[in-house]
Amino acid sequence: MPRRISNSQKTMTTVAAWTIGVLIFFPILWIFILSFKAEGDAIGTPLHVISSAWTFDAYGEVQGRSDYFKHFWNSVVLSLGSTLIGLAIAIPAAWSMAFVPGKRTKDLLMWMLSTKMMPAAGVLVPIYLIFRDLGLLDTRIGLVAILTLVNLPIIVWMLYTYFKEIPGEILEAARMDGASLRSEILYVLTPMAIPGIASTMLLNIILAWNEAFWTLRLTAASAAPLTAFIASYSSPEGLFYAKLSAASVMAIAPILIMGWFSQKQLVRGLTFGAVK
Amino acid sequence: MVSPAVAVLLIWMIVPLAMTIWFSFQQYNLLYPDRTGFAGIENYYYFITDFRFQPAIWNTLRLVLGVLAITTIGGILLALLLDQPFWGQGIVRLLVLAPFFVMPTVSALVWQNMFMDPVNGLFAHIAKAFGGDGYDFLGQSPLMSIIIMVAWQWLPFATLILLTALQSLDREQIEAAEMDGASVWSRFIYIILPHMTRAITVVILIQTIFILSVYAEILVTTNGGPGTASLNLPFLVYLASIVDNDVGMGAAGGVIAIILANIVAFFLMRAIGKNLEH
Repeated sequence: MPRRISNSQKTMTTVAAWTIGVLIFFPILWIFILSFKAEGDAIGTPLHVISSAWTFDAYGEVQGRSDYFKHFWNSVVLSLGSTLIGLAIAIPAAWSMAFVPGKRTKDLLMWMLSTKMMPAAGVLVPIYLIFRDLGLLDTRIGLVAILTLVNLPIIVWMLYTYFKEIPGEILEAARMDGASLRSEILYVLTPMAIPGIASTMLLNIILAWNEAFWTLRLTAASAAPLTAFIASYSSPEGLFYAKLSAASVMAIAPILIMGWFSQKQLVRGLTFGAVK
Repeated sequence: MVSPAVAVLLIWMIVPLAMTIWFSFQQYNLLYPDRTGFAGIENYYYFITDFRFQPAIWNTLRLVLGVLAITTIGGILLALLLDQPFWGQGIVRLLVLAPFFVMPTVSALVWQNMFMDPVNGLFAHIAKAFGGDGYDFLGQSPLMSIIIMVAWQWLPFATLILLTALQSLDREQIEAAEMDGASVWSRFIYIILPHMTRAITVVILIQTIFILSVYAEILVTTNGGPGTASLNLPFLVYLASIVDNDVGMGAAGGVIAIILANIVAFFLMRAIGKNLEH
């Protein structure tokens, strides 16, 4: 029997929830509006901002100021690259831990998690020096390696919790039907594992896209992703609200959309399966 | 099949860690390349007695506690609200969740310029409309401003996790309590809160891990200043090792940061480890 809720109560909740929701979202909405304004209008009062003319100029100027799409592409390469390499390493590991758990599996998982707890500042010095000596500073390959390592524990953990949910009996059933190991993996396990792999991938792309310690410290001009490119607005020349807004909108829009799709997986991934 | 993952993580953990510890006991300043050799605990001594160390530790704690207070209490209240039936639940969830996906540098610069700027910021415009003056948030209360920025990013996380936990609560239990005449408050204290304890613990611990290493927000806004007013431990490590070129001292700071994070990690691992039992 569903709880009976009076309509007035529901209306009140609706008003309260929408008000808070819009307030929390407001900074994003505001830069979206500012990104379609001229620089001179963007610094005006809120009323002036709303009533002034709309323009796409800022988006063009962002590209003109420095090669925006180079940095955008760097972000794509870094987040996709580190995620795919991470998956390639993590899938076999998570797979065997989920289906052939040994005595040490739990310890192993906990140990992997512990590597995620290491603060980046704690290992900044050696990583920086290694990168300098190997000529990896400001290269995409170096950053892909770091981002892979940083997020590998989360990938293994997420995959493990998904694989764990695939029932073992289904394999026995397939085997009774005379399926070979190869077709077992290909036709039974893989289709069941793909949704989990896809969500892991999505969340990991988001995390890598927004990573803002290593990307800021280890890049300069050529390998800098959007996190570092946006940081260059901290010492701006002249009016820059519209340009900063346009650059920000383009930097967060793809990830915001992916994030909205992955909200359920987010909980599982970021709590290491502790909350589902 | 586990071995590749174990191998790379092992290298990732041991090599930099060993090097950090090694450097922390060495004389190693890029400005004085001829001064080398064993330094004993000198680096630690200089790091801890540096005039920036105490403010950095206190700011790190204030930052963590400030953000935790806002996000945990706010998250519980928001989760309770969003768990009620209302029109447009799905959309409001998306709106509330959005800040979590904004990259730290964007969040920091947007707050600093479009909202907190004493002349052109939105808050200044609102203050002026009421006859007031723009407040220089980052100049006058830099740490508080950074706490607001970081809390804005993490409130969605706390809300989402707590909402998920709340939704797994058995509705019938609440209804039974309601029929027995339990007040809203006692329902919250005796049923809802105990049910959410584990989720709250996880939210607090995970956020602590991340907020202990807040860096980008400080770099793009205040650079730790004015003076040491918004300097935290990771930022001091960066200043010592990269800006001051004192690798040894930076490494000593790194070791201290690792120890601090490990104290939190210990409790987090226990909370998560319990979950593996069943």
